[in-house]
Amino acid sequence: MADSIDQAGEIRSYTMNFGPQHPAAHGVLRLVMEMEGETIIRIDPHVGLLHRGTEKLAESKPFNHSIGYMDRLDYVSMMCNEHAYVRAIEQLVGVTPPERALWIRTLFDEVTRILNHLMWIGSNALDLGAMAVFLYAFREREELMDVYEAVSGTRMHATYYRPGGVYRDLPAKMIQYKESRWHKGKDLKRMNAWREGSMLDYLEAFARDFQHKVDEYEELLTDNRIWKQRTVDIGIVSPEQAYALGMTGPMLRGSGIEWDLRKKQPYAKYAEVDFDIPVGTHGDCYDRYLVRVNEMRQSGRIILQCVDWLKKNPGPVMIENYKVAPPKREDMKESMEALIHWFKLFTEGFSVPAGETYAAVEAPKGEFGCYMISDGANKPFRVHLRAPGFAHLSSINETTAGHMLPDVVAMIGTYDLVFGEVDR
Amino acid sequence: MKRVTEYLKSLLLLELAAGLWVTLKYLFKPKYTLRFPMETIPRSVRFRGLHALRRYPNGEERCIACKLCEAVCPALAITIDSAPRASDGQRRTTRYDIDLFKCIYCGFCEESCPVDSIVLTDILEYHMERRGENVITKPQLLAMGDRFEKSIAANRAQDAAYR
Repeated sequence: MADSIDQAGEIRSYTMNFGPQHPAAHGVLRLVMEMEGETIIRIDPHVGLLHRGTEKLAESKPFNHSIGYMDRLDYVSMMCNEHAYVRAIEQLVGVTPPERALWIRTLFDEVTRILNHLMWIGSNALDLGAMAVFLYAFREREELMDVYEAVSGTRMHATYYRPGGVYRDLPAKMIQYKESRWHKGKDLKRMNAWREGSMLDYLEAFARDFQHKVDEYEELLTDNRIWKQRTVDIGIVSPEQAYALGMTGPMLRGSGIEWDLRKKQPYAKYAEVDFDIPVGTHGDCYDRYLVRVNEMRQSGRIILQCVDWLKKNPGPVMIENYKVAPPKREDMKESMEALIHWFKLFTEGFSVPAGETYAAVEAPKGEFGCYMISDGANKPFRVHLRAPGFAHLSSINETTAGHMLPDVVAMIGTYDLVFGEVDR
Repeated sequence: MKRVTEYLKSLLLLELAAGLWVTLKYLFKPKYTLRFPMETIPRSVRFRGLHALRRYPNGEERCIACKLCEAVCPALAITIDSAPRASDGQRRTTRYDIDLFKCIYCGFCEESCPVDSIVLTDILEYHMERRGENVITKPQLLAMGDRFEKSIAANRAQDAAYR
């Protein structure tokens, strides 16, 4: 306190703590801010409060065991994290999953992108004072989580992607609501309207309807004067700055740079689907909002194309290389060979040829990469995870200094931070 | 002229009214929420919830203490001891503990089990009251299996083609 008052009795800048437990901090973020009145002079993010040592843990486990931990990095875009990790293993082992598995991955990467952006639009709007969007966004999230549950058995931490494909094929039957005292007859029929057919039918119905849902979010926010007052001209990132600060994803595209790994370095089946990369012009929070909303629409488009392909082309979803992927359950019960593979694979995993690789995917938040070194053992020698949120958060001083205190909340929202991946 | 219309639009709060109209419409639509404890959201047959150990129809426990689940568990949540059973000398577990706090519900144990013994049921509502209750033991797991065998078997049968 004595520091902030100089000899003439004038109040100079003072230091303020934001977090680590703050409802608008999206997790355990601590910001130490040097303030001049309500204006921020310098802002210093302190991370590491959610550090769980995922990278180090991965070194002590066979390759497959860490898939489940990838879900828990960025816990709102689960399958995209798995995708980067699984692709790194596939590149080192040198296997390519079957076509259908790649289409399923493309489909679920987009489902995940919508899940993530819904979480983002809901929480960002909530932080800036618009409660309703949050409720509507979570309604749609619920519907997509049912899809997650239908394929993998869990609503969030799927552990669905495996080196060499995906765990199980898409179910032919979608889970349905059961009759109860409050929902029966016509009411129940309305609730189960999309769920009559397969999971793909359900997703198709969802993706068609979703465009109207996005219209509603836009109705609530895009022209809303309060929303614009809070986001327009806040946290402007120039294209040069965005490059220099290592930004990726919507943060980069909001500044007008058309960079998207799905287009520039296509993986899975992104080269074969038709979609646009939305870009901003101004690089402020409002542009990044528009970019993300448009990405949701594009994801809807990609989902429809994937559903179309997947409906027409049944086939295997896992490679038949029993050194990497387990044999079928029935085969294991009948054949000695399969049983041996089964036991070998589940006890010691598989050995990966020595080498190093980097595999990146366009996660909803930006480039999520997995750098992996193998020394030929059944465990990775080193795994490094490139989390987009970490790079973004470290730029917070450059983007936010000079703004007012409430704009920090808008900035944290637009960074789309999740501390599972920032702290890893 | 454009400026005048812009001004009028702004003065009349048109965009706010449009937003309010969206919320107003939802006031009269059927509710999306459920009355939770009485009714639940649909649960997939692949759901990965609380663990159980199954038995064969003749009452013999399935588990043969091969310890695959223990080896494959990424969280090291499973602890198994085994010994020949006193009555007939068969290899069986003497201890089968799962620490529910360590478990990450990845489903690898069920995936690896060669005799379909350890399964993840579709039960998600459970709690512990005392310290230490998070470790569930073999008798508890077998009791779970006995109690829910019907739904466990039905779910596995529905999903058999995909496994």
